[in-house]
Parts: sequence; C-alpha cells; structure tokens
Amino acid sequence: MTDITAHWTLALPEIWVLSMACVTLLADLFFAAKLRNIAAVLTGLTLVGAAALTFMLMGQRGAAFNGMFIADPFANVTNLFSYLSVFLVVVYSGRYLRERGLYRGEVFVLLLFALLGVMIMASGGNLLTIYLGLELLALSQYALVAMYRDSLVATEAGLKYFVLGALASGLLLYGMSLLYGLTGSLDVQDIAAGLVNVTGSNLVLVFAMVFITAGIAFKLGAAPFHMWLPDVYQGAPTAITLFLASAPKLGAFALIIRLLVDGGYGVMAVWQQIFIVLALASLVVGNVIAIAQGNIKRMLAYSTVGHVGFLSLGVLAGTLNGLASALFYTVVYVLMSLAGFGMILLLTRAGFEAERIDDFKGLAQRKPWYAAMMLIIMFSMAGVPPTVGFYAKLAVFQAVIDAGYVWIAVIGVLLAVIGAFYYLRVVKVMYFDAPEDAAPEIARDDVAAAFMSVNSVALLILGILPGPLMAFCIYALQGVI
Amino acid sequence: MPTLSSYLILAALLFSIGVIGIFLNRKNVIILLMAIELMLLAVNINLVAFSYYLGNLAGQIFVFFILTVAAAEAAIGLAILVVYFRNRHSINVDDIDELRG
Repeated sequence: MTDITAHWTLALPEIWVLSMACVTLLADLFFAAKLRNIAAVLTGLTLVGAAALTFMLMGQRGAAFNGMFIADPFANVTNLFSYLSVFLVVVYSGRYLRERGLYRGEVFVLLLFALLGVMIMASGGNLLTIYLGLELLALSQYALVAMYRDSLVATEAGLKYFVLGALASGLLLYGMSLLYGLTGSLDVQDIAAGLVNVTGSNLVLVFAMVFITAGIAFKLGAAPFHMWLPDVYQGAPTAITLFLASAPKLGAFALIIRLLVDGGYGVMAVWQQIFIVLALASLVVGNVIAIAQGNIKRMLAYSTVGHVGFLSLGVLAGTLNGLASALFYTVVYVLMSLAGFGMILLLTRAGFEAERIDDFKGLAQRKPWYAAMMLIIMFSMAGVPPTVGFYAKLAVFQAVIDAGYVWIAVIGVLLAVIGAFYYLRVVKVMYFDAPEDAAPEIARDDVAAAFMSVNSVALLILGILPGPLMAFCIYALQGVI
Repeated sequence: MPTLSSYLILAALLFSIGVIGIFLNRKNVIILLMAIELMLLAVNINLVAFSYYLGNLAGQIFVFFILTVAAAEAAIGLAILVVYFRNRHSINVDDIDELRG
C-alpha cells in the first residue's frame, strides 16, 4: 500500500485556490460592509498566488493521491490560461456587476470554485476526479447564470442550462460506467491499458465512446448538442456570459485530452468518426445561423459553435500537431471571446445593455479607439490575416490535411468564408452607419478599457508572432501523446 | 441468479426513460428534475452491477459520489426553479419560451 499523501505538493495550486475560495467567502461575510471590494481583491490575490505556485511546479510530471491526480505540463498550461481568463473576467465585469447590484462576494467565490473545477478536470487521472471536477464547474456555472435573480431571461437561461447540463453529465456518466465495465478500472492509465485488448468493433466500446463524446460535445457546445448555448449566452448577465465563454472551454478541452487521448488513444478510430460529424455540423450551424441574428450576444454564441467546429478539426486529426493546434485554437478563442464580450461590457451602462448589433452603429465616430479594438476582434474571429484568428485556423487546417482529410478542410474553408460575412457586418455597422439618436453616452471605465486594449492588441501581436504560443501548446501536449 | 446483462438492460431502459422524459415532457419542470434523477440512478445500477461482477469495489465508491453530487445538483436545480417561478409565476415547460431564435 503506497502512502496516499505522497507527492501531495503537486496539488498545491488546487489546494491554494480551494482554501482561498473559502477565505474569500468568509471575508466577504464579515468585512463586505466596510470593504466593498474585498472579494474582488482576494480573488485577484488568489489568481496571482496560484499562478506563482503553478510556475513553481511547471514542468514537473507525477501522480498524487494514488493516481487520482496527475500533474503534467498540459495541466500547468491549462491552469495558467484559466487564471488569466478569470482575472480578465474580474477586471472587465466589475462596473457591470456594480451597476446591476450583482457586485457581491458570491459571484467571486463561485468564479473561484468554477476555476477549481477546471483545474481538477485538467489534472484528473481517474474517472471519479474528472467527474467531480466537471460537476464542480457545472454547478457553479448554473448558479452564476441564475445569479441575476430579478431578471426573467437570466433565470430562464439558468433553468435551461441546468436541465441540459445535467443531461450532458448523465450521458458522460453512462459512458464512463460502460468504460468501467469494459476495463474493470476507473483509473485512466488502467483504462488505456485495458482498451488494448478491445477491438474497435466491440459494441460496448462503441456505446461508451458515443456517450462520452456526446457528453463532451454538450459541454463544449458542438452541434448538434449546442441548443443550450445561444439561449444561455443571451440570457445570462453579460459578465457571466464572458466567463462561460472562457475558462470552461479550456475545461472541456481538458476532458477531451484526459478521457479521449489519455484514456482512449488506442481506440481513436472510434471517436474520430464522431468528431468528424461534430465538426462538420458545428461549422455549418455556427457559421450559417449566426447570419440571421440581430442580438450580438446570440451572434457570438453561434460564432462559438463555429469556433468549436474549427477546434474539433484539430482534435479529429489526432496527431500531436493536431491536438496542439486545437489547444492553440481554444486559447485563442478564449482570448477573442473575452475581448468580444468585454467590448459589450464596455458599452453597457446602468439600465442599458448594448446587446443589439444596432447598438454598435456609428461607434467609430463616438469612440474611435473602441471601434478599432472591435475591428481587430472581429477580424480575428473571421480569420483575417495578420490577426491570430487567421493563424489558428491555418494551423487546424494544416493538421486536418496532414491527417488525410482534405475534403473536410475544403468544407471548413468555405464555411469560414460564409462566417466572415456576419463578422464584417459588425465592422460595417460601426464604421459606415450613423449613430442612433437615442444612443446613450459611453461610460468611462479606464481600467477595463486599458486591459481591453492590451487584450485586443495581443490578438494582433500573436497573429504576427504566433511561434512562442504554438511552441507552448506543443510543449503542453508532448507528454500526453 | 440474474445475469449481468439483465442488470445492464434494466439500467439501459431506465436511462432511456430518463432521456425520453426530458425531451417529451411538455408539462412540468419538476418532472424534468425527476427524469434527470432517473438517468443518474440508472448509471448507478450499471456501476453497481459491474462492480459486483468484476469483483472490484471502485464502482460502488463511485456510486456514493454520484449520489452526493446528484443531491447537490437537485438542490441547485430546485433553487433555480424557485427563482424562475418568482419571475414567471409558472413552471410549465411550454412557458419557458422567453429566449429563442
């Protein structure tokens, strides 16, 4: 019997985030009356501390708690990007939350618990830990969406998200139970070893993989499992939508790596087929239906479905380069959607949600720099060079062509062109339409605007110099495959 | 002595009833919550059956965790339902139509 506490220091970032989430909860309870910002400040502190701990442990490989917990570069990289995205969420959403009476400690505590869920998923070495991480993330998200309790649309979005999210967890669990029956173990390494003797035509294996992939697709938002996504993105308070589009996507990608690559790489042929269907369906649904949307949150939600289609291309290639390009795409998607939803947050003010595309009319005359930032964001989402969105798309296409699926790449390129239409429409509205008479004045929010500027310019710089980020993604996945 | 496959068929049937219950139910959100619970319990039957026939305890421990998480999930689900009811004054599934397009 090995010592169960051996190597527990590998889990230090997780332990730190958990402790600090509890401290934040208590501190907010006792000191919020005097120090209004205490929860936000403590959250920032937690993220900085966690980043320091992760840097300290960077590159160490090992397993703790009898293999329940894995530390490897992939977990480190996922964690670092998750800290960054939660940090940006806190910075961008402060004013929005304050104006709507939502600036309460619970929001920050739930953000920290959701972050912890992502971290546990990224380090899960056992079906049990992966499931618990997933549920920790999901339950925090349901509560966050329904947090704006006087809003009918927010609570309705919360209800829909809850029902469909629980369905997704159920599908994933059913797949996990079949996998357990097939291999006799919950440990991902043992499952990988057990699957060596199973042939691809085994019916139980096919069912297990179908259910697991369907559950992951639900969490990721891939069509045809995307029905929750537009409703939740539109209904949730924009600050929460901002979060939903960031760290949880990294968590869903971690599910792919831990369950399908770590566990099921031997039976890749089975889940590769499913991913082809998912990728094509997401590309079509995301890029075509988005054209018909007049609400920009809903439009960005369909654009998310489209982006998930692109990153699935990298996953279905299944090679190191393919998965690294998928991780690269996920990270870039997170940066782009943080900037995109952050821009909506910048334009909102008390009693006014800049949710319609028409609200962006004439932005170039009212706030030239905001319009320029939105231009970079939209170009990056559409994949126009020299923004990073172009390089991300190029990398996944390259991976999918190397894997021998030229026809899928051709369809992807065609749909990317169709998708460019609705991104460019936003640009057209900003630069060539006159502002609406009733357009309210844009509130000052210097801190958020400064971070937004860095975020948008980063999309440009990463597009010109994508090498280091790509090398980082390859470094993350090198040990996994 | 029932065989493993009879347990698996039972679990598959219950799971299907749960999934169908979510999609076909047009009446009441509470019934949706029951359908979700049914799905999770079907998974538990699967795990316990496998655990017994494989002679491996891990599956039964997983069941304890699923039960606990399901309880937390039901608590959050009911809380959201209460908040929704305060705004909409109805928990009829057909009335959940504010967001669409």
